[in-house]
Amino acid sequence: MKKKLLALVMAMAMILSLAACGGGNTSTPGSSPAASSQPSASTPSASTPSASGDQSEPAAEPASEFKVGAIYINSQNDTAGYTFQHHNGIVTAMKELGLDPETQLLIVDNVDDGDDTAVANAIDTLAGQGVNIIFGISFGYIGAMDEKSAQYPDIIFSHGTGYLGNETNFNNYFGRIYQARYLAGIAAGLKSKELGNNNIGYVAAWNLEYAETCSGINAFALGAQSANPDATVYVNKISTWGDEKLEREAAQALINNYNCCVISQHCDSAQPQLVAAENEVFGCGYNSDMTEQAPTAHLTSAIWHWNVYYQTAIQAAMDCNGDASKFVDNMGGNAYYAGIKEGFVDASPLNESVAAPYTAKIMDGVRALMESGTWDVFSGIKLSYEVTNGTVNISRTAADLVDNQGNVIVAAGGPSVDDGVIKGSMDYNVAGVIEG
Amino acid sequence: MDTMNVITLFLFNIVLCNIPLLYGTVGEILTEKAGSLNLGVEGTMAVGAIFGYLAGCAANSLGVGLLVSFLAAGLCGLLFALLTVTFQANQNVTGLTITTFGLGLYFFVGKGMGENWPAMTGASSLVKGFATLEIPGLFSIPVLGKVIFGQNALVYLGILVAAAVWWYLNCTKTGLRLRAVGENPGAADSVGVNIVLYKYIHLVAGSGIMGLGGFYMALYMSGSFEGSNCWINGYGWIAIALVIFANWNPLLSILGTLVFGFFNTLKIYAGALAMAFPGALGWLNNVPSQLYKALPFLITAIVLVASSVRAREGSGQPAALGLNYFREER
Repeated sequence: MKKKLLALVMAMAMILSLAACGGGNTSTPGSSPAASSQPSASTPSASTPSASGDQSEPAAEPASEFKVGAIYINSQNDTAGYTFQHHNGIVTAMKELGLDPETQLLIVDNVDDGDDTAVANAIDTLAGQGVNIIFGISFGYIGAMDEKSAQYPDIIFSHGTGYLGNETNFNNYFGRIYQARYLAGIAAGLKSKELGNNNIGYVAAWNLEYAETCSGINAFALGAQSANPDATVYVNKISTWGDEKLEREAAQALINNYNCCVISQHCDSAQPQLVAAENEVFGCGYNSDMTEQAPTAHLTSAIWHWNVYYQTAIQAAMDCNGDASKFVDNMGGNAYYAGIKEGFVDASPLNESVAAPYTAKIMDGVRALMESGTWDVFSGIKLSYEVTNGTVNISRTAADLVDNQGNVIVAAGGPSVDDGVIKGSMDYNVAGVIEG
Repeated sequence: MDTMNVITLFLFNIVLCNIPLLYGTVGEILTEKAGSLNLGVEGTMAVGAIFGYLAGCAANSLGVGLLVSFLAAGLCGLLFALLTVTFQANQNVTGLTITTFGLGLYFFVGKGMGENWPAMTGASSLVKGFATLEIPGLFSIPVLGKVIFGQNALVYLGILVAAAVWWYLNCTKTGLRLRAVGENPGAADSVGVNIVLYKYIHLVAGSGIMGLGGFYMALYMSGSFEGSNCWINGYGWIAIALVIFANWNPLLSILGTLVFGFFNTLKIYAGALAMAFPGALGWLNNVPSQLYKALPFLITAIVLVASSVRAREGSGQPAALGLNYFREER
C-alpha cells in the first residue's frame, strides 16, 4: 500500500515536471500569430440554459456591453485552416467596429459538427454568458442552430455555409467563391498556355457530392479555358475535407499521371503547392495566400475575406438595439450570399515572378466585369482575351455551357445559373473536366 | 498516358507513402514482445517527428534528425516504462495518455515556434538526405527496379530495421530471453532474467523506432506544419492493428505495410488506373472511396478471426501481453 502511494506521488511529480520542461522548451521563440486569442469559454458541459433570462432585457445596450459568441469546429488557437480564417475574420471585424475581442468575444471551440448535443450545449453555454449573437461556422451545426434560434428569440443566430433561416433572428451566410476560382483559373490557363501544356490538375476534397466543390471545379475550369481553350482539368478527389497526406499524394499523382503543369486545390493545407514547387510546376491555392510557402510555384489563391460578412452582421446586430427579431430585416434577408463585388471573396495578390505576362491585367479586367454585375461565370457567354500593344481586350462570345456528358446546361447567350450554386443543386462537371 | 508508368508509380508510391507504418509496427512489435501493450504509438511518433525535424533542420543533417527523433520518442517509451513497469499503472490507460500527451506536445511545440518554424528547403543536406537514392545496377530492372531500389535512404533503413529486429528476436539469446519475458515473466524471472531491465530497454528502443517513423513522416510532408492536422494522421493506430495483422513478426510487418499501403494509395490512383486500363480496371471509378479506407481494417478483422481459430502455437501474441509483472504476486 505504502509503495503504491509512493508510486502515485512520484508519477504525479514526474508528469508535472515534464509539463514544466515542455513549457520551457518553447517559451523563447515568441508567441504564435493567433496567440491574441481570448480566454476560452467554459466547457460545453457546464451549460446553464436557465441563465438565458439574464440578457433578455430589451433595453438598448452600449457597444461596450455587446457580446459576440462563436462556435468553432477546430481550435481557436489554430494558425491556419478553416477555423483560423473565421476566427481571424471575427476578430478583425470586431476591432473595426471598436469592440474588444479580448472581452467581448466568447468562444466554444472544438465542437464536433456531427454531434447535435455538443452544439446545443455550446449554444446554451454562450447564451448563459449573455451573448447577443452566435456565429456557428460549420455546416453540421445547422440542426441545433435552427432549434435553438426558436428557444432563444432574444439571441441572433448566424450560421455559416448553411441554408436555413427564419424571418427574425436566424440567418445563414456563404459566398460566391466560384468567382474567385474563375480568376485563379485564368492565371492557371495563361500559365499552361505559356508552357504549351494543356493539362491542369485539381486536388478536390469532394466533387459532385457538394455544389460548393463542383462549382469550384467548374468555375476554375471555365476560367482556365477562357485563357487556354484546350485546357483540360484533371480532378483527383480525396473524399475528405482535411488530410494533408492525401492532399500531397493526390497532387503528386496528378503530376505523375497526367503531366499536369498547374495544380489547383480545394483543400486547406499548402501541401499541393509544396508538391508543385518540388516538381517545378505551378499552382493555385485556396483559403490563404500560399506564395509564402511555395514562392517558386504559387500563382494566386481563391480566398475569403470573412471579416466582410462578420462586420456587416455584427453591425446589423448592434443596430437591433437589443431586439434580436429585427436582425433578418437589418440584413435584408435571411441568406447572405456575397461575392467579388462586396469584397467577400477574391483572388490573392498575384505572384508576378511566376505568372504569365498580362495575367494581372486580364484578372483585373474580369474582376471589374464581375463587379459590374453584367456577367457571371455560369452563363452562356464565354470570355476570351487578346493583348494588343500591351492593352488587354476582353471579348464576350455567346456559346453553350456544356457539361462533360455533353448536356447543354445553359444555351448560348443565356443567363448565369449561379442559383445552382447558392441553392446547392449544381451536380455536374463542365466540359473539359475529367475526374481521374 | 503511359500505362506502364502508371503501374510503376502506383507501386512506387505504395512503398514511399507508407513506410512510417513499418517503423511504427516494428517498434510496437518489439514493445509487445516484452509483454507490454503500448497504445501510445500515435503520440510517440508525433513527438519523434517534431523534435527530429526541428533538430534535423537546426543541424542541417539527416543523421542528427534520426538520432533526436529516436531519443525524443525513446523518452516517451521511458515514461511509459516508468509508469507501467515501475509504478504498475494500467498499460491501456497509460498508452492512451502517451498518445494524448504526445499529440499535445506536438501542437504545443509547433504552434509555439510560430514564425520561427524552419522551412525544410532551408536545410539542404536534410533535403538531400531524404532524396531518392538509386541503387546502381538494380535500379535499371524494369518496374520493380524503381519500386524497390529507387527509394530514399529511410525506406531502406526501415526494411533493415525490420529485418534486424526479426533476427534479434529469433536468432539471439537476448531475443529469446525477451520473448520469455513476454510469454511468462514469472518463469523468466525464476531463471535469473532481469525483467525490469529487459522491459525498460525494449520499451525505450521500441518507442525510439516508432519515432523514426514519425521523422520520416515529417520529411515526407516537407516539414510543413499547419497546426490543424498532425503529420502522423492516424498511422500510429494503424500500426497497432498491423502488429496483429503481421502476427508479431517483423518480417511479415513489411508485407502488412504493403497491404495497408496498397489500399491507401489505391484511393489516390484509382482514377488513373481506371483510365489506363479502361477494360480491366474501369470499375475502380465506381468504388466508393470510403471502402478503400475500410478495407485494410476489414482484412485485419478477418486475420484476427483466422488467427484465433488457428491453433495457439501459430499465434505470435505474447501470452503475458498487457499484464503487469509484479514479483511479489508471482
